[in-house]
Amino acid sequence: MSASALAHHDGPPADYLSDSTVASWLLTTDHKRVGILYMISVTVFFAVGGLIAGLMRLELMTPKGDVLATPDSYNRMFTMHGVIMIFFFLVPAIPSVLGNFLIPLMIGARDLAFPKINLLSWYVYIIGGLMGVWILIFGGIDTGWTFYTPFSTMYSNTMVVTAAVTVFITGFSSILTGLNFVVTVHTMRAPGMTWFRLPLFVWSHYATALIMVLATPVLAISIVLVGLERLFHVGIFDPKLGGDPILFQHLFWFYSHPAVYIMVLPGFAVISEIIPCFARRPIFGYRFIAFASVAIAIFGFLVWGHHMFVSGQSMYAGAVFSILSFLVAIPSAIKVFNWTATLYKGSIKFDTPMLYALGFIGLFTIGGLTGLMLASLAIDVHVHDTYFVVAHFHYIMVGGTTMAYLAGIHFWWPKISGRTYPELWGKLSALLVFVGFNLTFFPQFLLGYLGMPRRYFEYRPEFQVLNVMSTAGASILAVGLIMPLVYLLLSLRQPRNAGPNPWGATGLEWQVESPPTTHNFHEPVLVTCEPYLYSPEEAEREYAHVQHVHSS
Amino acid sequence: MWDFPLFPDQASTNAPKLDALMLFELGVLVFFTMAILLFVLAFCVRYRRGNAADRSHPPTHSKAMEAVWIVIPAILSVVMYAWSTRLFFDLYEAPADATQIDVVGKQWMWYVQHSQGRSETNELHVPLGRPMKLNMTSQDVLHSFYIPAFRIKQDVLPGRYTSLWFEPTKVGVYNLFCAEYCGTNHSLMIGKVHVMEPADYEAWLSEKGVGPSQAEEGGRLFVQHHCAGCHRGSQTVQAPRLEGVYGKPVPIQDGKDVHFVTADDRYIRDSILLPKDQVVAGYEPIMPSFKDQISETDLLKIIAYIKSIANGETSQ
Amino acid sequence: MHTSSTSTAPDEGTQLLLSHFDDLDQQHLTSNLGMWFFLVSEVMFFSGLIAAYTVYRALAPDAFKLGSHHMAMWVGFFNTLVLLTSSLTMAFAVRCSQVGDRRGIVRNLILTALLGTIFLGVKASEYKTEIDHGYLPGRSFHVSEHDAEVLKAASLDANGNLDEAKFSRNKGQFQMMFVLYFFMTGVHAFHMIVGIAAVLIFAVLIRIKWFSGFGTTQVEVLGLYWHFVDVVWVFLYPLLYLIE
Repeated sequence: MSASALAHHDGPPADYLSDSTVASWLLTTDHKRVGILYMISVTVFFAVGGLIAGLMRLELMTPKGDVLATPDSYNRMFTMHGVIMIFFFLVPAIPSVLGNFLIPLMIGARDLAFPKINLLSWYVYIIGGLMGVWILIFGGIDTGWTFYTPFSTMYSNTMVVTAAVTVFITGFSSILTGLNFVVTVHTMRAPGMTWFRLPLFVWSHYATALIMVLATPVLAISIVLVGLERLFHVGIFDPKLGGDPILFQHLFWFYSHPAVYIMVLPGFAVISEIIPCFARRPIFGYRFIAFASVAIAIFGFLVWGHHMFVSGQSMYAGAVFSILSFLVAIPSAIKVFNWTATLYKGSIKFDTPMLYALGFIGLFTIGGLTGLMLASLAIDVHVHDTYFVVAHFHYIMVGGTTMAYLAGIHFWWPKISGRTYPELWGKLSALLVFVGFNLTFFPQFLLGYLGMPRRYFEYRPEFQVLNVMSTAGASILAVGLIMPLVYLLLSLRQPRNAGPNPWGATGLEWQVESPPTTHNFHEPVLVTCEPYLYSPEEAEREYAHVQHVHSS
Repeated sequence: MWDFPLFPDQASTNAPKLDALMLFELGVLVFFTMAILLFVLAFCVRYRRGNAADRSHPPTHSKAMEAVWIVIPAILSVVMYAWSTRLFFDLYEAPADATQIDVVGKQWMWYVQHSQGRSETNELHVPLGRPMKLNMTSQDVLHSFYIPAFRIKQDVLPGRYTSLWFEPTKVGVYNLFCAEYCGTNHSLMIGKVHVMEPADYEAWLSEKGVGPSQAEEGGRLFVQHHCAGCHRGSQTVQAPRLEGVYGKPVPIQDGKDVHFVTADDRYIRDSILLPKDQVVAGYEPIMPSFKDQISETDLLKIIAYIKSIANGETSQ
Repeated sequence: MHTSSTSTAPDEGTQLLLSHFDDLDQQHLTSNLGMWFFLVSEVMFFSGLIAAYTVYRALAPDAFKLGSHHMAMWVGFFNTLVLLTSSLTMAFAVRCSQVGDRRGIVRNLILTALLGTIFLGVKASEYKTEIDHGYLPGRSFHVSEHDAEVLKAASLDANGNLDEAKFSRNKGQFQMMFVLYFFMTGVHAFHMIVGIAAVLIFAVLIRIKWFSGFGTTQVEVLGLYWHFVDVVWVFLYPLLYLIE
């Protein structure tokens, strides 16, 4: 407390971390602090969700149910794993942590457009999160994260209504964050920061925020209808009372498919920053990458029906959703090709963020192309609701989003904390995550094509070998994921040694101190050039003559 | 060690067609993954920092390149789309001569009713080389009928019929799964599909010793649910006799008029579940409703029983 | 307007600039845009409901038509007029805040809140009548003899006989009409309650000079919200009451 008082008004302005009282954190409207609050919360939820995943993998070591006592406990586990990882980790991870922290810095603003609403969104998230923990402790829920009716409304004996309220509340946190980002990008850009001078990080987050604002309310409404039907037995989705269970699926996926892009577009955002920085050259095809983000956001709204090819919807609807799903793959492909082309004639250095980013490209490519298989109607009929789908979306969500999140955390850690982290440990963790991830999820593609359905507590003995491989891989993945937590936290004990720009990067966020001051910039910002003005030739000279600032 | 399968059995006409498409798409996947991997590796080696290489004027954009990598994936997508949609539409067009089998899903079992009368649970016997059509419904929540070896799957919905057809091509025993999560014992809602030589199948169908036939089973339920108390023999309560009723027109009191309804499956089913709405002329509307008291499978059995007494031979 | 006789302190006419904005224009634009995007989000919320309503209406035209017949069309019409008038008074309030007429703002805000309350009162009496008739979905839902006759007439099969399954489904869908009716108008009423509370709070805040510069931006943003809620009703009224 006294430290903050001393730092006041004397000398250089205090950095955003200097006031360390609890109240100053809980009442902060500083976008950077809200970002940190989110970082702590999503890490906790990721740990909980990961722990549950570990238990499930342990259960699946043997074909018979043995680790967890009953099928009900397994059903609750996979539901909670899904709900926690999606609503409390993947959706907020990159936007609410890195987006919150970086967007104002990147566009030369002192804060987001609505700082108080930003803090409010964190509180809403925490209320939702606490209710989620409440559910986890007092009974759980066994409907799967998809809440399919009429099981969820008429048959399940678990806390469906509480879960519906939880998801409803958490949705508002996302709407508020999205709202804030969209308006911020529109009105808070510094003079000279034209749309085509925005870092691609901002473009991707803009597209993400649009989806958050447009899609989340539809989830909210469908989940409220589930709650109503369950409480009052009014038959909105129950065929016995004239309702239609397929309508729920339409409403649900109208949100939940775009939500996939809420989760993965911010991953693209991070990768688009890291690759040019470590290849020391301007990004290839800036406009194509920027427009691809927006295209994905738009097409993402038109493909929800591809989750329902075998649901009983008409085959013509299936055919339309299938072609649209193929179309949405093209902007994703554009990004991958452009990132690859960015390496050409670069001057590439393999620090931890770059290793994670390269891993991302590989895993996302596999995840995306298996997505094409799922968009193919006849193949989807066979692999729908099997482990093939599980593997596919983990390649996108873990291989994509989580890898990108870790890449981003490493890349901006010096900016956020003012400290460097041990580079060797970082590289090791990137390697372990990559290897462990593939060992965990590649066997699941085979399991899926063999026909092992998902959400099975017990399975046919012939599937065991592949399941054991998957579980073994998960243990490596777990080690790889725990390591950064340890060394990043330990790095906080050392003095602030990072300097404003340890990577020699070009973004505005690297022009200010690490950690930045409360109002980010000391003087008005004027932007006069495009982003990513790196030069590979200078990097070469720099490398030959000067010791790199960043010490391993 | 290597005694576990890496590729599923191909046991229907659909399976090899689907696998061919899958291999094509796998080829596309491997090609692009390898291409990207090779480029990334090549660039990473060649342009690693400290390595002497020509880095002058790195290109920042190229419309031609973008066009190439938009057009090529687009063409491949259209090929994959056309191919897979063709196969998918085939799955909806059952041959006209397909034999129908009724399937009812409920937590957590599959009930299968062959048109020839035999029924089974969690097992499906089908003859080799003949198209079979499944007509499916659910008694409670969503289920999904999935036979990996046939590469087919279809969700089974309450209050609606969905269908599925296949033609087995290999004798053997295959897995049957419920693929749509349906509650506690979802993973136990599994069974076996037995593909048999047609002769064996016929023998199996007519194998009567295994238990009471569908209609006999229905007759037992007829007594158990106290239907017989009113509808059979010379009882005090006045109720129409059911011998010989099936398939014949029945007079229905409709206000002052009388009209005729054919006593088919649907009429019998409605009469059991909603008896007060179509009362046979000359009788009082006194029968209680059996809604929510008789399961779908039992209803089928009772209907089969009433069918069996259509020619007036009561089994009293 | 000539009534602006309140004190004219130097800081009266200009709004305070929050520290993260560069100028007042930016601040004003940001607030407005924020409300616009929030309303876009609200539109999606209601469009989910309207989509559900449309789908079911298409699936069960007879049951829904019968349901619409039970709506008090003229009461709804009266309420529509009340709401549109409230939009007008809200527009006056915004105008007054732009020209610096403090009393005018307060007067018009109170009028707006009053009209909103009238709307809710009428709506409540409508609910009461409907609940008395047994239209509240759930356990107490009751299909009257007359309604049952109409639904039966709509449930005939090709031979002109009653199709029991269809009749039962029609009854379910008749209830569904009321589920959607109560839910949609209920959500709308909730938005009205929030709106009235906000309007009254703003009236007090304007009166005690809480906002700098006559609260121009704040009143304008509040106005956007109020007009939106009215527009929603303009969609709900024909959908629920009028469509034949």
